[in-house]
Amino acid sequence: MEAIRFDKVKFMYREEDGVYAVNGVTLSVNEGEFVAVLGRNGSGKSTLAKLVNALLVPTEGKAEVFGLDTADAKNVFEIRKNAGMVFQNPDNQTVASIVEDDVAFGPENIGVPREEIAKRIDFALDAVGMQAFRHAAPSRLSGGQKQRVAIAGVLAIRPKIMILDESTAMLDPRGRREVMDVVKKLNKEEGMTVILITHFMDEALEADRAIVMHRGEVVMDGVPEEIFARSEELESYNLTLPRAAYISKKLAEGGMPVKGAFSAEELAEEICASLRKV
Amino acid sequence: MLNDVTFGQYYPVRSFVHNMDPRAKIVFMIAYIVAIFLAKNFFALAAVTAFLILIVLLSRVPFGRVLRSVKMILFLIVFTAVLNLFFYSSGAELHIIWHWKFITVSWESVINMIFLAMRLFLLVMGTSVLTLTTTPVALTDGIESLLTPLKWIRFPVHELALIMSIALRFIPTLMDETNRIVAAQKARGANFETGGLIKRAKAVIPVLIPLLVSAFRRAEDLGDAMDARCYSGAKGRTKYKKLVFTWRDALGLIFTAALITGIVFLNLYLGGKFAILDYFFTK
Repeated sequence: MEAIRFDKVKFMYREEDGVYAVNGVTLSVNEGEFVAVLGRNGSGKSTLAKLVNALLVPTEGKAEVFGLDTADAKNVFEIRKNAGMVFQNPDNQTVASIVEDDVAFGPENIGVPREEIAKRIDFALDAVGMQAFRHAAPSRLSGGQKQRVAIAGVLAIRPKIMILDESTAMLDPRGRREVMDVVKKLNKEEGMTVILITHFMDEALEADRAIVMHRGEVVMDGVPEEIFARSEELESYNLTLPRAAYISKKLAEGGMPVKGAFSAEELAEEICASLRKV
Repeated sequence: MLNDVTFGQYYPVRSFVHNMDPRAKIVFMIAYIVAIFLAKNFFALAAVTAFLILIVLLSRVPFGRVLRSVKMILFLIVFTAVLNLFFYSSGAELHIIWHWKFITVSWESVINMIFLAMRLFLLVMGTSVLTLTTTPVALTDGIESLLTPLKWIRFPVHELALIMSIALRFIPTLMDETNRIVAAQKARGANFETGGLIKRAKAVIPVLIPLLVSAFRRAEDLGDAMDARCYSGAKGRTKYKKLVFTWRDALGLIFTAALITGIVFLNLYLGGKFAILDYFFTK
């Protein structure tokens, strides 16, 4: 089933800017897909994310989530129930001083009965592996843990789509790994549709599909490996390759017979194989 | 620095008092304050003191910890006590001990001073037991629940409670932020430690402005995050945490009622605070 459908969507923050932050995007995302959206700063990728859950409404064109038009104010509540969003700054998303109270915030808002909220908190905290911190203070947690709590807060609403708007950008490598593991698990085990906005190319490799945005337009769309194979094109959008792919490309340029690798393991194997040949 | 939810002075142990309903505790505290001001003689104050000691014992908070809260207003207590000692006057005749120009020390003023100091002392100790045994979050919940009747006159009770809990939640975050900004400004050569009052006040400005700007940015982010989590005001909202009135609160109610009744009777039968003087001077 089609989860998100964008039809020639344009969006402008202020009319006096005269520039479209999102400029004619046509896009379709199916349920259960894991899509990474790449792009440099100001490419319109965060704006695209906000257009999905009706935090922003298209200036032109039409955005639909499960067939509901985001421009119709009557649909906003239903759309946000279905499309949860985790933001960039782990400190600015919690409303309560206790983890479980914060996770309860979403279900409370949509009027879930009390007993059911307790079940949802259990489910959400288990899903992100934060059950042990149920009564802790968010301010005492690490960045990665805070983001996992934020994900739990979204999960408790039981959405079908999870949008992560650069949610790993402010985390250390370990925190990033924690969040990515949770997101992958949700996608694989719960069939959650994931839209991952990021500027870390390595994260995009974990997705089923990667979309590259440049100046408000979708300029590349395909399987991540395929996208990263087109390195010259990527460079023209000021994007780099994932680290392993970059190293293998440089090695190949230097005359070592390695094929393009995307993960550290693949790269290691390629190097070993080529050394054996020598 | 204050970087915990338990900022303020919450003392984290499990006890009878800790487990009471915050609403009940707030009501009992108000009753306790009323009791202090109802008390007209030392016997009544002694009853209040006994009540306080009982509560502190039940709360399992060390007495030293409760006493520490008095330290903050010790100056105020001493100041008012001294004023009362020197300048007490009433319509009735005084038993003067010492007199110099406009300063008069009498037995009545001594009694009055002791009485007043005890009152303030009991007042601060009692209220601090509330904050020592109740988390700010629970207090906010309690206040929200107690203010619920005001919804009838369209007072935004839910919004007020939400503002309070968000403010509580952001205190540690903004504290960290302040420390970071101070460190950053120090690294650029800002001086917060020396200079006169005006110079120091001026030095705070480069800290306050970035802090304010960042607070606004955070508020905007939080607004988006709340919207994304379907927040749309109090309408149609359920509440996960429910406050429950238990046997502890019922017991507390009996205690508090007994205290107030006891004080009324002590007031009626044992005279005013100066009754003790009659005993000495009419011999």
